[in-house]
Amino acid sequence: MTDTPQVFRILPEVILTVVGVLIMLAEPLLAKNASRKPLGWLAVLGTLAALAASFWQLQLPAGTAFYGTVQTDAFSVFFHVLIAGIVLATLLVTLDAADPDAENLGELFALTCFSAVGMMLMTSGVELLLVFIGLEISSISTYIMAGFRKRSAKGPESSIKYFLLGSFATAFFLYGIALIFGATGTTAIPAVAGLLTTSQTPLLATIGAAMVLIGLGFKVSAVPFQVWTPDVYEGAPSPVVGLMSTAPKAAAFAVLLRILYVALPALHSHWQPLIWWMAALSMTFGNLGALRQQNVKRMLAYSSIAHAGYLLVAFTALSPDGIAAASFYALSYATMNVGIFAVFSHAGGMGDRLTLVQDYRGLAYRSPLLGGALAFFLISLIGIPFTGGFFGKFYVFAAALHSGMVWLTIIGLVNSGIACYYYLRLLVSSYSKPVHSDLLDGIPPVTAPLLFALLITVATTLILGIVPGRVLALAKAGANTLSPSTSVSPDITASQQ
Amino acid sequence: MHLVLFLIFGGLCVAGALNLLLQRHPINSALSLIVVMTSLAVLYLLLGAEFLAAAQVIVYSGAIMVLFTFVIMLLNAGKEERTHGSKAAYIVGFPGAAALLGILTYIFLKQSDHLGSAKLGGYLVTTSDLSRVLFRDLLLPFEVTSVLILVAILGAVALARREH
Repeated sequence: MTDTPQVFRILPEVILTVVGVLIMLAEPLLAKNASRKPLGWLAVLGTLAALAASFWQLQLPAGTAFYGTVQTDAFSVFFHVLIAGIVLATLLVTLDAADPDAENLGELFALTCFSAVGMMLMTSGVELLLVFIGLEISSISTYIMAGFRKRSAKGPESSIKYFLLGSFATAFFLYGIALIFGATGTTAIPAVAGLLTTSQTPLLATIGAAMVLIGLGFKVSAVPFQVWTPDVYEGAPSPVVGLMSTAPKAAAFAVLLRILYVALPALHSHWQPLIWWMAALSMTFGNLGALRQQNVKRMLAYSSIAHAGYLLVAFTALSPDGIAAASFYALSYATMNVGIFAVFSHAGGMGDRLTLVQDYRGLAYRSPLLGGALAFFLISLIGIPFTGGFFGKFYVFAAALHSGMVWLTIIGLVNSGIACYYYLRLLVSSYSKPVHSDLLDGIPPVTAPLLFALLITVATTLILGIVPGRVLALAKAGANTLSPSTSVSPDITASQQ
Repeated sequence: MHLVLFLIFGGLCVAGALNLLLQRHPINSALSLIVVMTSLAVLYLLLGAEFLAAAQVIVYSGAIMVLFTFVIMLLNAGKEERTHGSKAAYIVGFPGAAALLGILTYIFLKQSDHLGSAKLGGYLVTTSDLSRVLFRDLLLPFEVTSVLILVAILGAVALARREH
């Protein structure tokens, strides 16, 4: 941090905060019935600037700022870019789906920017207190955004459920931090690992790690902390679901990677079996739960539980390859899930007119573009080659196999097979001969923001599926900054199983 | 003297927390919470954290609890209705909480000689020590908290606004 001005290390966060405040201040100045869309475009510009700033941070020498509370390195840049990209696509989708004078649209844009600030701080924070505050910012914004469908009873239900359970989970996370502090006397993530070896009470740190795992397990909706997911996703507006099923989860996974691999590698024999079970149960429960769902958002909620499971498989690998695979998977899942929710948002609007699988019957005939995009994202979610979903799963399972996690890999592969069924059901439905339905006739014409959003998501999914090399290289660079080779030695990786 | 004070206020704290859960009227629960917060302030003082104790009284027992009671009175909240609650909470929740309590008690009792002891009343954390941590080492988290508060305000306005 010798010559780099400190503010450069948090530049994307600063940009998004300023833009969020500007939107907040400009909103009351607009006439009551004026369109709120200019505010959305302002948010898009801010997010683009934040995206550029994140890329630019790659040029900075890796290092910390603000007395060692934030760190910019390849790992943080990877997740910053990911989060900024998700937010960008979400803003475009919201611009497309919302009525221009819709209630609270200005607040929705501002909250989206602020939530991104929180998530970005989670991924670059190396001080547990900063991570906690970032987590709170991101969580509280998403609790509020989940309740924006005020006219439907499901909106407030979704928001309150998410808020109560989420606060409970955050309390666990905080308790975990307190116990880790009790064992080591520090909350700086890099310092914990060293102090843990001399700690008089490592058992306290183990319980602390379990608490942190509970808190973050809730945020990524891993079994057994997943009960909230379907209800919350069903009640929240579709663009918001696209955001909250990907960005906060990516940020929580980044935090989990940092804490487990940088702070607590010494305790790996304790947390690795826990993660193993969480991964296996999440995959199985998520996919079996999705089989029975008729509501598309509930179905994708279960699918999101399952994908959290696949991602956790990479955690058990205990190698830089595993970290890289987890980062890559977070990215590939985000692109396809944001993309599929872009389709749902446009077809159903903010108010969710189309809810059931059979409502989408004939979508591809009514709008070939939407149908095509839906099919493409579903294929990627299944994990068929030439899509990001394929390479995501491939790297995850390869990393797990290299570390001797044969059974977990088999469970994962069987689950991928089960998952085909419910994804294909939606695909078949959208390509079936249309029955005449008023629902599909209500789909508005495609607008420029939606085209942009689809372009971003489809292009990224394709790039990840065809030429994943450069992205994977960045993910690997990030993984190397996280595990300085000595922290987890390869000879102990095969201890489980 | 310290031990006596600790026992009195520690006991009050636990009793207040239990009462908070058992009371059925929100106002009674809120008042029990004041007891908990104030006893905690005394415990902080016993540990030598005088500034924290004062802040605890002013912020928690004072400002926040007044707001709590205001909100309860404004909403004119009545007695809660007892529901049976979920079975999972009884089957998993209570044993889980008991197990956690057991493990932590075990650690603290078993390894008490490793844990080191805070000498009661021996060392005072001065305000300048505290501000050095707050405004230097943890400057960024401190500043970022303002974004958190901003989000909360924005959300409260957005959710409470009347539909037109």
